[in-house]
Amino acid sequence: MSLRRIFGIFLAQLFLYRRSLTRVLEIFYWPTLDILLWGFITLYLQRYSASMPKFIGFFLGALIFWDLFFRAQQGITVSFLEDMWARNLINIFVSPISMGEYLAGLLLLSFFKVSISLAVMSLLAYLFYGFNIFKMGIYLYLFLFNLIIMGWAVGIFTLGIILRFGQEVEILAWAVAFLFMPFSAVFYPVSVLPRFMQIIAKFVPASYVFEGMREVVEKGVFSWDLFFYSLSLNIFYWILTIVVFKLLFKKVLKKGIITKIGG
Amino acid sequence: MAEVRSLWKYFNSVPAIKGISFEIEKGEILGVLGANGAGKSTLIYCMLGVCSFEKGEIIFFNNLKMPKDRKKILERINFASTYTSLPYSLTVYESLLVFGNLYRVKRIKEKIEMVLDMFSIKDLKNTPLRKLSSGQLMRVNLAKSMLNDPEILLLDEPTAGLDPEIAEKTRNMLKKRCKEIGLSILYTSHNLNEIEDIADKILILKKGEIVAYDKKDQLIRKYGVLNLKELYFKVASDES
Repeated sequence: MSLRRIFGIFLAQLFLYRRSLTRVLEIFYWPTLDILLWGFITLYLQRYSASMPKFIGFFLGALIFWDLFFRAQQGITVSFLEDMWARNLINIFVSPISMGEYLAGLLLLSFFKVSISLAVMSLLAYLFYGFNIFKMGIYLYLFLFNLIIMGWAVGIFTLGIILRFGQEVEILAWAVAFLFMPFSAVFYPVSVLPRFMQIIAKFVPASYVFEGMREVVEKGVFSWDLFFYSLSLNIFYWILTIVVFKLLFKKVLKKGIITKIGG
Repeated sequence: MAEVRSLWKYFNSVPAIKGISFEIEKGEILGVLGANGAGKSTLIYCMLGVCSFEKGEIIFFNNLKMPKDRKKILERINFASTYTSLPYSLTVYESLLVFGNLYRVKRIKEKIEMVLDMFSIKDLKNTPLRKLSSGQLMRVNLAKSMLNDPEILLLDEPTAGLDPEIAEKTRNMLKKRCKEIGLSILYTSHNLNEIEDIADKILILKKGEIVAYDKKDQLIRKYGVLNLKELYFKVASDES
């Protein structure tokens, strides 16, 4: 692994943002829109939910967490698409960079984008609704850790599929994250799901994060059990992602796909 | 410097390259000719490690094998093609800076100035790539290919988009570097005159097979033809 090459990939993406107002706005646009739209809906609903005094905390916490998961995944897939659209993939992959270094560069950018999104959303949540997500303290970072590494695993898996099947499936870059939304129990507890969906939710690391987040907001208690369930699943999915990605990449080289989609 | 031995490449069980073998010596320019689909680009992509192959060997610098030693090889070679692009939202300088980092170029800023000068694109330094003409883009691509002081350069129709004057200048610069620093080049083109002008050795591909391969003069003598154009139509046209 060369830090210089990883930095090179990060720099290429960063230059794109420096030169493109729409890309910069995109970092702020969705978090701002989400927090305003859902925040006001939450305020409205709260009037009728006297039995749920922590409603704002549940909802805004979930909203911020979900957005960060989505940003983490997008930081990988959309950045890869930028290279694909620019027909720049060949030039990257005929340089001495390894796939690991390329992905590490995208992870670095993803982390950068997630950090900005967290700053924007938490500031707006505090200014408009008096909700301070940092009150969760160290637990916030433990939740985020699990969410972000799940987002990255989903991002790398999706990247592998796009790399293998090309532009026809690039819509997956936006769609795949939402596939996990109903099972992640983002805005409701897992217990409200039908039985078969509860079973699926057990295999989704994010569902433990959102359940854990609600426990912290409601009772101020952090469940290490939920944290370790989520972490164990994430480790399993990372191993699975790496194995699948390697198989897909082998096929990509065999079929010479980089030379077709990347140049 | 580079040796390809009995290389076979299949796409869906159809052979795209059929057991070809050749060598590129130090300081030599190997001109590769062939119709569309003859296997020129596939050959280059196999040599660069972005396309795997089923049989044969690709050896660089006597003992480095592709794909096993991919990283070590790619640190010492480079590539430019009319058909690939660079990140179009970046400026020329930013793009070269990114690739300079990927190749871990030392004294990167000086090096960028040097390659900009080499291809007469200093005035375009701060221009976004999307605003450049195809000829200017190709010169940036060529500048990128010189960033790591490659010992071997793989060029896929590098002058296809250049105007005649710049194309001539580029060829002269490449020839000079071959003589001065022993740069070796694999150079594909559809332009027979260009290959005749630049290449020391010629390789002609037809449907994935080598139909002619030798030093330019020897080939002309061997086939009893007057020039490369006549040779090409004799061995590579569909009627031949």
